[in-house]
Amino acid sequence: MSAPASALGSATQDGSAGAATTVPMVKAENVHKNFGSLDVLKGIDLEVAPREVCCLVGPSGSGKSTFLRCINHLEKVDGGRLMVDGELVGYRQKGDRLYELKDREVAAKREEIGMVFQRFNLFPHMTALENVMEAPLRVKRESKRSARERGVALLERVGLADKRGAYPNQLSGGQQQRVAIARALAMKPKLMLFDEPTSALDPELVGEVLDVMRQLADEGMTMIVVTHEMGFAREVGDALVFMDGGVVVEFGHPRDVLTNPQHKRTQAFLSKVL
Amino acid sequence: MKLQTDPAAGTGNAQRGAQGAAGREGTGASTSATFTAVPVRHPWRWVAIAGVAVLAAMLVNTILTNPRFEWSVVGEYFTSQTLLDGLRLTLILTAVVMAAGIALGVVLAIMRLSANPVLSGAAGGYIWLFRGTPVLVQLIFWFNLAALYPRLSLGIPFGPEFVVLDANALITPFVAAVLGLGLNEAAYMAEIVRAGIQSVDEGQTEASSALGMRRMMTMRRIILPQAMRVIIPPTGNETISMLKTTSLVSVISVGDLLYSSQIIYSRTFQTIPLLITASIWYLLVTTVLTFVQGGIERRYSRGSTRNAPTSLSRRLLRNLTTFHAKPPSPATTDPKGGIR
Repeated sequence: MSAPASALGSATQDGSAGAATTVPMVKAENVHKNFGSLDVLKGIDLEVAPREVCCLVGPSGSGKSTFLRCINHLEKVDGGRLMVDGELVGYRQKGDRLYELKDREVAAKREEIGMVFQRFNLFPHMTALENVMEAPLRVKRESKRSARERGVALLERVGLADKRGAYPNQLSGGQQQRVAIARALAMKPKLMLFDEPTSALDPELVGEVLDVMRQLADEGMTMIVVTHEMGFAREVGDALVFMDGGVVVEFGHPRDVLTNPQHKRTQAFLSKVL
Repeated sequence: MKLQTDPAAGTGNAQRGAQGAAGREGTGASTSATFTAVPVRHPWRWVAIAGVAVLAAMLVNTILTNPRFEWSVVGEYFTSQTLLDGLRLTLILTAVVMAAGIALGVVLAIMRLSANPVLSGAAGGYIWLFRGTPVLVQLIFWFNLAALYPRLSLGIPFGPEFVVLDANALITPFVAAVLGLGLNEAAYMAEIVRAGIQSVDEGQTEASSALGMRRMMTMRRIILPQAMRVIIPPTGNETISMLKTTSLVSVISVGDLLYSSQIIYSRTFQTIPLLITASIWYLLVTTVLTFVQGGIERRYSRGSTRNAPTSLSRRLLRNLTTFHAKPPSPATTDPKGGIR
């Protein structure tokens, strides 16, 4: 909820004094991505400051999920540069060439970036607590005791203290997604990516997930959220990005974009979803 | 009651109207608003059962009354030391070959799915070769390896040798059997494991990558445990099939169950009774393995279904009971004997 001005300032790429003092958490420069002959991202420029909540909206196929997945290198960028906390994602720059990093180096980078998926992707053969403990135990090589303590605390934080022994298929969609958020937080990420976290949920269960996300934003987590929940974007977001056809069509504070969209395409889209 | 009376009135035709009235009277006689559902009757099932029963009776009759089956001989040799030794070797061979086949199969499957074209190509070539030639030929080939390479050595390629071994001494019939069956089995297991790995949702790999897990750890901790559910049933089939395929090793004079019975009947000429004796043993072991397979399958389905899958015996029982079941009355709905 901090300094929405920095988001707006960076949008214009004018390098104003406010944006220059802090390293942006995410910085995209002319990011291109294509699947075969299909250009999905056609030059995305974006900056997200630390502690900022940035909402990505747009019609399906606009490239917003692909862009989100580029940020932790689940998709490889074909052109341009993507930086998280001042470091290039997935590549090492030497001169004007980008060399792709090894599996080990990419994995180390991903530890710092939490991701929550539309379809939860919990590990079905593990209980809720085991899901949360898995990465701290295996990746960070934490002791079983500390991983367990934090796992229990995280489940408590998302309101699922009593569900630690349940397997994912014994949980509702909303509960599964909250476990997924706890699992991502267990790695103590400095950035959280949400890929349509409520789109696969029953309308009744959307609220409980958004509540957890709102609480996370209040605690100062940097978040990039692909969402169709305009209410959440308006209430929690510091910046709103409207994407269509692989480009950023409009960018601004959610209040401004949602109430007074400048671009025709944005107006048409919002008139249907609001 | 409303639903029942409405359509009759709705048709508005005199004949239907009269029937409707009669029907209303009939339902009125059953006093309550509940109706009894009657499942479809299957009279032809009884005809089929009668036919099969007659054929089965004929079969049992001829087996018991034909003296040339020599059942006393079967009884005499069933627990003879020679056959029990053979059975033990068959079991050991099956276990060793399946263990080797599964281990090598997993490695081959991971190689096959590797992004590295050399690894994937090598695994593809292996599977092509070992799946494409008869396992009997492979057995005889390994048995005769010494004819091709009389001495085997370990050393630096094109350089000095450190260990030199006599192939004839190294490749005993048992080693040839393990090599022949195991390398062949690995090719089949590789395909089974590959199918299992590919059956796991891609989102699982994405989730574990996003958590910072590396490829091999993802494979070991996340993908393979879930792939087991798909891998285990065909692996059970392979094991049961392998138990019988091991009888091929009798051609390279490994003393398995079949070879042991052959030893006896080549002396006594009681060919049929001894083949029956061996077959009963094979049948007994496969039956046991079938139940073991069912148990393992239930354990690995953990987390994939809300209800634990029912065992074979329970399924059988349920099918039999529903066959004889009285039409369930909705008033006293029994949770177990529902309408099926």
